[in-house]
Amino acid sequence: MAVDATALEPEGPRRNGALRSLSTLAWRRPWLKGLGQLVPSVLAFLLVYIAALAALLVSGFWRIDEFTSEIVREWGIDNFRTLWDDPTYRTIALRTVGLASAVTATCIVLAFPFALYLVRVASPRLRVILLVATVLPLWVSYLVRVYSWRLLLNPEGAINWALGGLHLPQQNILYTNWAMWVVYTYIWFPFMVLPVYAALERIPGSYLEASADLGARGRTTLRRVVLPLAMPGIAAGSIFTFSLTLGDYIAPGLVGGPSSQLIGNVVFANVGVANNVPFAAAFATVPLAIMAVYLLLMKRVGASENL
Amino acid sequence: MRTRNCFIKVAFALLVGALAVPAAGVSKGDALPTAIGAGEGQLAMVAWEGYLDKSWVKPFEQQTGCKVKAKYAGSSDEMVSLMRSGGGGQYDMVSASGDASLRLIYGGDVAETNVKLVKPWKDFHSAFKSPANNTVEGKHYGISLQFGPNLLLYNTAKEKKPTSWAALYDPANKGKITIPDNPIQIADAALYLSRTQPSLKIRDPYELDQKQFDAAIALLKKQRPLVKKYWVLASDQIDVFKNGGSTLGSSWPYQLSTLKAAKVPVAAVNPKEGVTGWLDTWMLSSKANHPNCAYMWWNYVSSPKVQAQQATFYGETPVNKKACKEMDKIAKGSCKEYSANAPDSYYRSIKFWKTPLADCGDSRGKVCMPYTKWVQAWTQVKG
Repeated sequence: MAVDATALEPEGPRRNGALRSLSTLAWRRPWLKGLGQLVPSVLAFLLVYIAALAALLVSGFWRIDEFTSEIVREWGIDNFRTLWDDPTYRTIALRTVGLASAVTATCIVLAFPFALYLVRVASPRLRVILLVATVLPLWVSYLVRVYSWRLLLNPEGAINWALGGLHLPQQNILYTNWAMWVVYTYIWFPFMVLPVYAALERIPGSYLEASADLGARGRTTLRRVVLPLAMPGIAAGSIFTFSLTLGDYIAPGLVGGPSSQLIGNVVFANVGVANNVPFAAAFATVPLAIMAVYLLLMKRVGASENL
Repeated sequence: MRTRNCFIKVAFALLVGALAVPAAGVSKGDALPTAIGAGEGQLAMVAWEGYLDKSWVKPFEQQTGCKVKAKYAGSSDEMVSLMRSGGGGQYDMVSASGDASLRLIYGGDVAETNVKLVKPWKDFHSAFKSPANNTVEGKHYGISLQFGPNLLLYNTAKEKKPTSWAALYDPANKGKITIPDNPIQIADAALYLSRTQPSLKIRDPYELDQKQFDAAIALLKKQRPLVKKYWVLASDQIDVFKNGGSTLGSSWPYQLSTLKAAKVPVAAVNPKEGVTGWLDTWMLSSKANHPNCAYMWWNYVSSPKVQAQQATFYGETPVNKKACKEMDKIAKGSCKEYSANAPDSYYRSIKFWKTPLADCGDSRGKVCMPYTKWVQAWTQVKG
């Protein structure tokens, strides 16, 4: 870089001394310039994300004073031992993962044909209408959407009214885990549709034609061309649906039954009711570990490009 | 690479520094005031939603010149942490419920009160003058405000009138029962056991040793399959009673009057085993900056008229005897509906919420189950 410094002199009024010498310094030492630009964002990242996570992990090893319920900063693994020894927490963790998996699977089954229809069949006008209709619920408060399902699933609600009209047996799933499954599937559905739609849209029509020219029928093309190419999108969507279900604690209280606690509820009960932050922190590491494993799995199917 | 390492080190040092600062929680040993001085012009309060309604806060501000700054809390725990935030002193008063008040007292967060300076106090039902959840060793920490009993609610069209909490543990009532989603509910099971299993020797449902506690938890675990819904908000229970199929439940007077107003055939009974209940107390921070205004507030909020106003507004029962008449002025029959004129023996029979502590408070010593254990056990009950 043998450029004459004076040649790069900016035109117009000269800036004052300190600022100018600073900018000269930054220009002379490119690494310093880079550092200056990076510091704010790196610091924010460290403080907001890494420090919060570290504080969470660290406080998991503390305990609280049984008398004043203030945090005692003494190290110990009692919290983790309780988590391990008590079958309740295992049941709750398994229930949470099971529900998250079921919701994710249902979302995939529903979203894939829908997205395929949007990309390949629907007219551009209809496509826009349907996409907006899919995303529109996201503008409505989460609580309103859950409450609306309570009205629908109510034994005297719209669904039973419709079932009665069709002479079909009545449903009675409000305040059960089935209700949570339905509600989560509905709420997180847009988060699955959009990445799958994006992935399918990227498949050139010529691939399908080539597949047909080579003698593949529709189903073979779907299985061997479309599905593998859509896989990263499905994986990306599944990360959303899985992690969102894993972290939720509101729906169980609103539509769940007597045995519907999720990890989030236990964390909330311990922080919000008992002020037992250390125990809550210890339990919060469980979904963290689950998500880490899940992300590693998804990375192998290439989800990171579609996030 | 070097710079990145350096960042991590700096961030880590900051983090360790932040965590190492010990929590401050020392109470000032101030002597009790003997007179109410001039108001300080301000009063910062932590309260339950609705406890600082304009309709009675405005007149107070005009009378005393103490501007009320309200901070609403969503849970007892939030109240405790708000009172401790910033080393205390940010808030002057808190409307603590029984499951938080002892924590505040033992944490040194609230100051002793000179009840002689709160005139309406002498008109309180005697059960609320020195209740165990705000009076320790004869020292008053705050002034009782309002209370509510936990009643056995039932649908009169579909159920026979129950007389015992046993209805909520009877397998015949599977799928009809609604129970509050609150760890303090363990005390309800303990209260029932104290009558039905005298061999457990449960004297106080909030002071349970391991054996008594296990028995209560076992009973609640047997109850779980019968439960239709553990309700979080009162409106949830109202909803399930209206059209969710529940006909029996542990409930509050608020749900009773709301359901009655909605023409649902319901009634509530005081079962023969007795009932638990909650009692709120206005407490004064041990680092309060506006104590004179706080004493003025105590005098104001304990007066019959304001007691009645809040009771009818919120659906709870005043602790001041004289509030009964005022309640009927606001809403006819509300005094009786909320049992504001019951004999003192009734109030004394209610086992009011208090924070379970490791110290049983009797000869058994420190073998009782503290509240954290209650919360964890409640998680296990719900499964």
